[in-house]
Amino acid sequence: MPMKIGSDEFKNRVDKGINDSFMRSAVASAQDGIGQRRQAAADELGNWEEWRSHGEEIRQHVLAHLDYYLEQLSENVAKRGGHVFFAQTKEEATEYIREIVQKKQAKKIVKSKSMVTEEIHLNAVLENEGCKVVETDLGEYILQVDDHEPPSHIIAPALHKNKEQVQEVFTKKLGYTKSSKPEELAWHARKMLREEYLSADIGMTGCNFAVAETGSICLVTNEGNADLVTALPKTLITVMGMERIVPTFEEMEVLVSLLTRSAVGQKLTSYITVFTGPRAVMEVDGPEDFHLVILDNGRSNILGGEFQSILQCIRCAACVNACPVYRHVGGHSYGSIYSGPIGAVLSPLLGGYDDYKELPYASTLCGACTEVCPVKIPLHQLLHKHREVMVEKEGKAPITEKLAMKAFGFGAASPALYKIGSKIAPTAMNPFTVGDKISSGPGPLKAWTEIREFPAPNKERFRDWFKNRAKEEHV
Amino acid sequence: MMESAIQNRDRFLDQIANRLGRERMIAHLERPKWKYRPQEEVLKNATQDELVDVLKEQCKKIHTSICITELKHLPAALNDVVSAYGGDPIITWKDERFSRWGLDSLLKVEWASYEWNPAKEEENIKLAEKANIGITICEITLAESGTVVLFTDKNKGRTVSFLPAAYIALIPKSSLVPRITQAAVKMREIYHTTGQVPSCINFITGPSNSADIELKLVVGVHGPVKAHYIVINDL
Repeated sequence: MPMKIGSDEFKNRVDKGINDSFMRSAVASAQDGIGQRRQAAADELGNWEEWRSHGEEIRQHVLAHLDYYLEQLSENVAKRGGHVFFAQTKEEATEYIREIVQKKQAKKIVKSKSMVTEEIHLNAVLENEGCKVVETDLGEYILQVDDHEPPSHIIAPALHKNKEQVQEVFTKKLGYTKSSKPEELAWHARKMLREEYLSADIGMTGCNFAVAETGSICLVTNEGNADLVTALPKTLITVMGMERIVPTFEEMEVLVSLLTRSAVGQKLTSYITVFTGPRAVMEVDGPEDFHLVILDNGRSNILGGEFQSILQCIRCAACVNACPVYRHVGGHSYGSIYSGPIGAVLSPLLGGYDDYKELPYASTLCGACTEVCPVKIPLHQLLHKHREVMVEKEGKAPITEKLAMKAFGFGAASPALYKIGSKIAPTAMNPFTVGDKISSGPGPLKAWTEIREFPAPNKERFRDWFKNRAKEEHV
Repeated sequence: MMESAIQNRDRFLDQIANRLGRERMIAHLERPKWKYRPQEEVLKNATQDELVDVLKEQCKKIHTSICITELKHLPAALNDVVSAYGGDPIITWKDERFSRWGLDSLLKVEWASYEWNPAKEEENIKLAEKANIGITICEITLAESGTVVLFTDKNKGRTVSFLPAAYIALIPKSSLVPRITQAAVKMREIYHTTGQVPSCINFITGPSNSADIELKLVVGVHGPVKAHYIVINDL
């Protein structure tokens, strides 16, 4: 599927999400469960802020020298007998891959979970070629068997489905006869997928991190599916977003440590695979032929601009798991394979404001995303910046709104400032408040209240309310 | 289309340099001296014995059983685990250490055991798929995360640790390091000394698992369902 999912209007998607009570409770318990594990893993490690700063400095350095590291990577992959194709557009990428598929006369392709191949709509292209494409990540497999439903979460793609729904899908499509126990469902998938790995012509993966110094690719999973995808088929194609690169193994390990803790609260996931080129002489497993496709697809336009820091992202989804808006509307509401705060920042950049103009507004700017980001992307500030850009680009906003936004931008610029600001606001605003509205505000609010009323700051801050409410939900 | 190993590079990298507002970088770039190094603080100054304790504790969290043995008791220890996992067929790497560690009578006589053999090509994978247990030796062991690090070569197939239903890792105590940081340093050392890295390095932390259905943990998805570590105390 392409990055864009569905053709529903934003409002309708959100309505669907809000009315899906299973999905909402699944998302809530996922957020709480993963959130707590993430926090525990960060606390146990200690020095978490220093780790985040290290993650940030590595990612910033790489982005500032991206051409250098990509050149080094490509040289080293080629030295080991691999092929490297630089694709500026998704069409260039899919066309190159399609040609390999044709040349190999491939009929079956096994894939391990990859957001970037979703972004370039790769499966549809391959299926058009008459190939059977098999997703091997359990969550992705479930969605694929269920008529290619789109993922709703970056790391738990089938989060919105309950086990009875999975049982129903397996029964209908795979001749499954057992119960809705996750163990039995997973075992059935294992048996089905073993056959697929062993008979596939091509393996396909995304890339968590590419290592420039050695030309290696690092893949992070818990299921071990990426290992079989990279070990069994004769041809392997890896697609990477061009920014997913580190200088050496030493930076790789830091980012892997941040990724696994932030994504699932694990010190390391069960399988971290670092492969370099095709199999060596006399080796009998691993690919004979290796292709690395490095994708731009709009990323370079983000470089050098005010949104550059979004390219620091290592796709851990900690921001998704911390986001109160995602909690209530679910992943499909974003209309993009990239959901949550990262999706709300990235989707308009890669897919344009026309399709994603609502996303930067689907945010409370509470800053919870920024606080958990392991590489310190100022996510809520970038959301705010999107609003600024849209208002200025459209040219429709009254100067008063711009001023009000600038003022808010200052107050929301750091979680700490925001906390202080929103804590003192009710008191500070008292003299100007009539009932629950402010009709003639001071300073920057004055411009706003000249044309409309501004809701008075709540006595209970949203963040406190949200925290307390989450506690109450689980008593 | 596949004549050249690297395609479309210049146009692509020129665009990046252009966006970054400078010329393409040509001169060699030294690895930066990072401002932060928190990774070096973890389990700093821990002794090998302390690292074994950390590993044992971590194994509880990763659904992996562990035992510690002297080399002379290794055959008995391995025999216990293999029996508990339902016995042969077994597949191992081709590695002279198995023999040196006194395991010949088990691997070559007692059990239906196959030793990886590059000359037999595809046959290796078929046998790995049929094996009940895969046994390999760990090059580096990460105490913090409970991870064994395996280096592939022609005698050490990747699938030995993935395809069988159960997996056993033999761990010389001296291979224990605090965390993945030290493994990364060692991997770079290997690269700088030999100019090569193994075609595949696997970091394995317990059996395969998934929480993709209702976030309920299922142990044993694509890879092994069970995993056991044997730490050899005097190696």
